[in-house]
Parts: sequence; C-alpha cells; structure tokens
Amino acid sequence: MALNWTRFASPASFYPLAGTMIPWFGWGAAVLTAIGLWLGFAVAPTDFQQGEVYRIIFIHVPSAWMSMFLYVVMAFWGALLLGFNTRLSGMMAQAIAPTGALMTFVALWTGALWGRPTWGTYWAWDARMTSELILLFLYFGIIALRQAIGEPRRADRACAVLSLVGVVNIPIIYYSVKWWNTLHQGASVKATGASMETTMLAGMLVMSFAFWFYAIAVVLVRVRAIMLERERGAAWVAGLPEVNR
Amino acid sequence: MNHWYFILGAYGVTVLLMLVEVVALRTRRHAAVAAAQASLESPRKS
Repeated sequence: MALNWTRFASPASFYPLAGTMIPWFGWGAAVLTAIGLWLGFAVAPTDFQQGEVYRIIFIHVPSAWMSMFLYVVMAFWGALLLGFNTRLSGMMAQAIAPTGALMTFVALWTGALWGRPTWGTYWAWDARMTSELILLFLYFGIIALRQAIGEPRRADRACAVLSLVGVVNIPIIYYSVKWWNTLHQGASVKATGASMETTMLAGMLVMSFAFWFYAIAVVLVRVRAIMLERERGAAWVAGLPEVNR
Repeated sequence: MNHWYFILGAYGVTVLLMLVEVVALRTRRHAAVAAAQASLESPRKS
C-alpha cells in the first residue's frame, strides 16, 4: 500500500507523528554526543601543529554545516508554502529559524575562539566569516519580520519570500574559500576524501549527526508548540489527551 | 596561553545555549498547552 505523504501536511496528522519522533531524536542526539565527545577528546590524537585547540572542530564544523543546512530546509518549507499554501509549511519554517540562528551563532563563536590561538585574531572580515555573519543576520531578519506581522499566515508568506531570497547566501558561504583568498581554511572534507586523521574525522562526523538529531528534536518540539498556539480553537487540538484533561 | 580556556569557552557557551533553548521550549510548550486548555474551557464558562 502506498504511503500518502500529503496526509502529514495536516497539523492534526503531523502533531502525533512529531511527538513519536522527538524521544528518538532527542536520545539519539545524547548518545551520539557522548560517542562523539569520547572520540574527540579520548581517542583523537593531539594535532601536531595546533595542539589541543583543534578539538573545537568537533562543535565548530557540525554547527557551521547545520547553520547552512537548516537555512536550506527552512527555504524549502518556504517554497512549499508559496507553492501549495499548506499550513504545516509555514509552521515548520517558523520552527527552524531560531535553531538555525543558534547554530550560526555557535559556528561564529567557536570559530572566533579557534581563530585567536591559531590565526592570532578572533575575527577577520574575510569572505567565509562575513557571509556566515550575513546568514546570522538573515535568520534574525526572518525572526524579526515574523514578529512584526501580526497575522501568522501573512507572516509565513513574507518570511518564505525573504528566506528564498536569502538562500543565495548559502553557496556563497560554501564556495567562499574557493572563490576568494580567505584567512579561513578550505574544506577538509570533500567528496574525494578527507584531509585529516581518521579518528578526528570520525569524531567530527559523529558530532555532526548529534547536532543533526538535536536540531530535528528541538524543531519538532517547537513546531508542536506552534501548532497548539495557532490552532488552539480547532477540534483536533481539543481532542488531544494533554489538552483535554 | 593555555588553549583549554578556548576549548572550554567554545563548548561551555554551546552547551549553555542549547540548555537555554531546551528550557525555553519546555516553557513555551507548557504555555501552549495551558492556552489550548483555557480556550477549551472558556466557552463552557460563558
């Protein structure tokens, strides 16, 4: 029997599905974080050039990847909203923005703390860092735009347009180290292979999955709260066991 | 300069921000459930 995916475009169907998925992703994130930190701090060797400070890589790279990935997913939901006008699309985009902003801030913060001992500076206006900072401002702009528009459905559409316009920044971030001569190093992980020690790479990839699971879990918790906030008068909300006590 | 300060600063702030996000979400969820319960009860009172 074919699975009808469009059924989950309805908040009434997606709400219980999200509730089922949250513990799996939440506990998955905790377990993966424990494994990733063990690999990163107990197994991976000290870097011969950077010493111990390179261990910031285990949160810097995953947060930087997630900051871009979450933006693309948010823009994808925005495109779905503009194309199909589904209620869930706007709610998902709204739920992703704060976590995307958090990941972007973490990437910038950890990058600064890595930059000081290795480059001698917390910040440089090079293409990679500046475009990542623009990403943070885009997230803030989308959150602020939503707050400025009272009617949720209008806010959804305005934020969808802004997120789609801003998606042009993602390839700029990714390719900035190739297109321009930057202080920031080039990609260490490519489709052709990785230019780092195997246990370092393993720790970084496990932590990336941990961040991914964390982001999914918190976005699902937030989207469930948004559904309750927006649809609290609906019959399906009244039928929920946590509401109808 | 001891590089462990930079590592602690990076990991500490990241964990702190994630904890703040989780606590804020729990608060928001409880508020959303309470608001939904209130909207369920209000027609009966009127």
